[in-house]
Amino acid sequence: MAKQNKPQQAPDTGHEWDGIRELTNPPPRWWMISLHASWIFAVGYIILYPSIPLVHESTKGLLGWTQIKEFKEDVAENEKIKAPFLKQVAAMDGEALLADAGLRNFSESSAKAIFGDNCAACHGSGGQGAPGLFPSLADDAWLYGGDMETIIETITDGREGNMPAHKGEIADADIEALADFVVASSQGKGTAKGLALFNESGCADCHGEDAQGGFINDLGTGAPNLTDSLWRFQSTREGVLRTIRYGVNQEDVPQTRTAIMPAFGEKLSPEAIKMLAVKVHELGGGK
Amino acid sequence: MSEQRQSKIEDIYIESHEWHVNTGDETIHAKRIAGRFRSFRWYASALWILYFAMPYVRWDGQQAILFDIPHRQFHLFAITIWPQDLWMLSLVLILLAITLFAVTAIAGRVWCGYFCFQTVWTDWFTWLEDKIEGNPIQRRKLDAAPWSTRKIRLKSLKHILWMLIALLTGLSFAAYFTDAYDLWYRYLSLDAPLVAWVVLGSLFTVTYIFAGFMREQVCFWLCPYARIQSVMIDKDTELPTYDVERGEPRGKLHNKNNEKRGDCIDCHLCVGVCPTGVDIRTGMQEGCITCGMCIDACDSMMEKVGRPGGLIRYASRKEMDGEMLPALFKRPRVVIYSLILALAIGGIVYGLTHIPPVELSVVHERQPLFIQMSNGDIKNKYTIKAINKTANDLHMRLSIVGAENVRIVGEEAQDINFQAGTLIPFHVFLVAKRDALKQERTPLTFILESLNGAKIKLEYESVFMGPVGK
Repeated sequence: MAKQNKPQQAPDTGHEWDGIRELTNPPPRWWMISLHASWIFAVGYIILYPSIPLVHESTKGLLGWTQIKEFKEDVAENEKIKAPFLKQVAAMDGEALLADAGLRNFSESSAKAIFGDNCAACHGSGGQGAPGLFPSLADDAWLYGGDMETIIETITDGREGNMPAHKGEIADADIEALADFVVASSQGKGTAKGLALFNESGCADCHGEDAQGGFINDLGTGAPNLTDSLWRFQSTREGVLRTIRYGVNQEDVPQTRTAIMPAFGEKLSPEAIKMLAVKVHELGGGK
Repeated sequence: MSEQRQSKIEDIYIESHEWHVNTGDETIHAKRIAGRFRSFRWYASALWILYFAMPYVRWDGQQAILFDIPHRQFHLFAITIWPQDLWMLSLVLILLAITLFAVTAIAGRVWCGYFCFQTVWTDWFTWLEDKIEGNPIQRRKLDAAPWSTRKIRLKSLKHILWMLIALLTGLSFAAYFTDAYDLWYRYLSLDAPLVAWVVLGSLFTVTYIFAGFMREQVCFWLCPYARIQSVMIDKDTELPTYDVERGEPRGKLHNKNNEKRGDCIDCHLCVGVCPTGVDIRTGMQEGCITCGMCIDACDSMMEKVGRPGGLIRYASRKEMDGEMLPALFKRPRVVIYSLILALAIGGIVYGLTHIPPVELSVVHERQPLFIQMSNGDIKNKYTIKAINKTANDLHMRLSIVGAENVRIVGEEAQDINFQAGTLIPFHVFLVAKRDALKQERTPLTFILESLNGAKIKLEYESVFMGPVGK
């Protein structure tokens, strides 16, 4: 503890200016202790941790600590916590996963980052899609099917839509009439005459006899329901004309529509895909 | 500037030889004397046995007091406090602070003198020291003596016992945060998590050093409450006070010259028993923790010499000056403190009796705000987060009111089973006919009602978003 402050008795250096003496009080004990503790700590730190920069890298330190190592340890710890849940996810099929509230929630939360990294670029962060370019995942229309099994299949293997180009195949007047019919259908005003032409022209082979898509989705062409109010591409007459004339994903047709979803089966683990499927299913409530 | 007002630096230090600043240069070996206040200190410190015992008390098969940080639940006997209820903590802190203020205003540093852990643990430590090394004279002699087998034996016995108390203190503290029996097992099998060792180590070190070595130095130089309380004392406060009128001039009992002398026989017993080394006869001072040891000492001495007790007694400055002390309810500070106290207690009681059994929150999906369905309807997505704080599963019904055109999708969304003590968020979808929407934001209210058990009804206001005018 510090001595009592009695300046009149303190020894001085012999320097005196205008009656002011320069005292030789030693620094307080606590200050000296802190000083010594500090350099002892510094020496210990230099020995144990990377500290002195050399030409190419710094000294390693006895503990071998590095930032990236600590990060990897933290990641490993996180993985360890998740491991038992992931094991459960791996063992369950999609529908069972949906039915288990706890695991459904785990999957949805875990898939948030996976969705952001892999899906959001096209489908939007909330799965809302991009009108005319990428389909919405949050509505109730499923081009290939909205059950868990199909969603998993879609993510794993990807999808590629296919619609032939009809320019030259069908008379231009008929193409115009078909476009009118499709636009009218989406407003519930499709005529019987239009539907007859629709069937005659071979559209019904994929889009169904009533133009409602339906069973044809099993073929994997992604032919949508043309009578609902949702549009895969454009809702304008010009847009519809372009789709009919140049088709979807047609080689050597420059103006064709593109509808390709890449396969994620090799990029993501089966568990990740399953959890992603839960997330996608829950975006719009699934089917 | 006049000659008188010009003071030299030396003048400031004229009284310096009378100052005694206790900076811990010398260990204070206080004598222990039986008496009223000594007994009261024992009773008060006995309360701290609860601190050691409480972790082992069970309530409904669970630890009665458990601060379960990983699960974010505080268990206090039958009550479970969730993070949402923590606003009560601020009231508890206000309650504790105001209690301290009120008690200090009335009777000084009662907390310091009798109840503070620093005082109590130091008291236990010095009691052990007294039992092992003997009275203060023997202790000082032992400290000064060269090392011998006896000195090593006594000193090591004392330090081992101190460390045991310190260890138990740390362990008991840690036991409030996890199952106490399991914690013992984990400590003994050296399998405790790092944080448990850190808690044990810190509490052990601090207890051992503070109660064993620093003692009154903590009160003098570390503790902020000591200083805060010092400024709360006023002329009405009852404090251990030396009756100067009666005591002075002090002098030896055997008065050869038959001078007129006061009752103080200058025996220094009041200084000898003081745990902080204060001479109360120089007046109230920062070191005094108002423990009353000097009162016991003086009373016992006055009894021996046949003079009335109370030369040192609990008295206020006003009483000493011969004034009447105003009644408690006429002292504004007491009245105001009491009011705040009553408010805080009222708030805590209200909080504890009104913890909602279920906490509901509804989050409207922001991206996309709404989605168009294939039949043209507009759909909104909501995430429902409801914690069931009760011990039983709850079967509840979710419904909406306030927007007649909006309905919930799916029957299963309306009847929900909430597991006890858990929060599992789920989604609910609302749809509306596009034409039926009159505005972009349609306000509505979610209602969650219990179908079994106690009647619970919660409401949460939200909105339905739609593309009106687009």
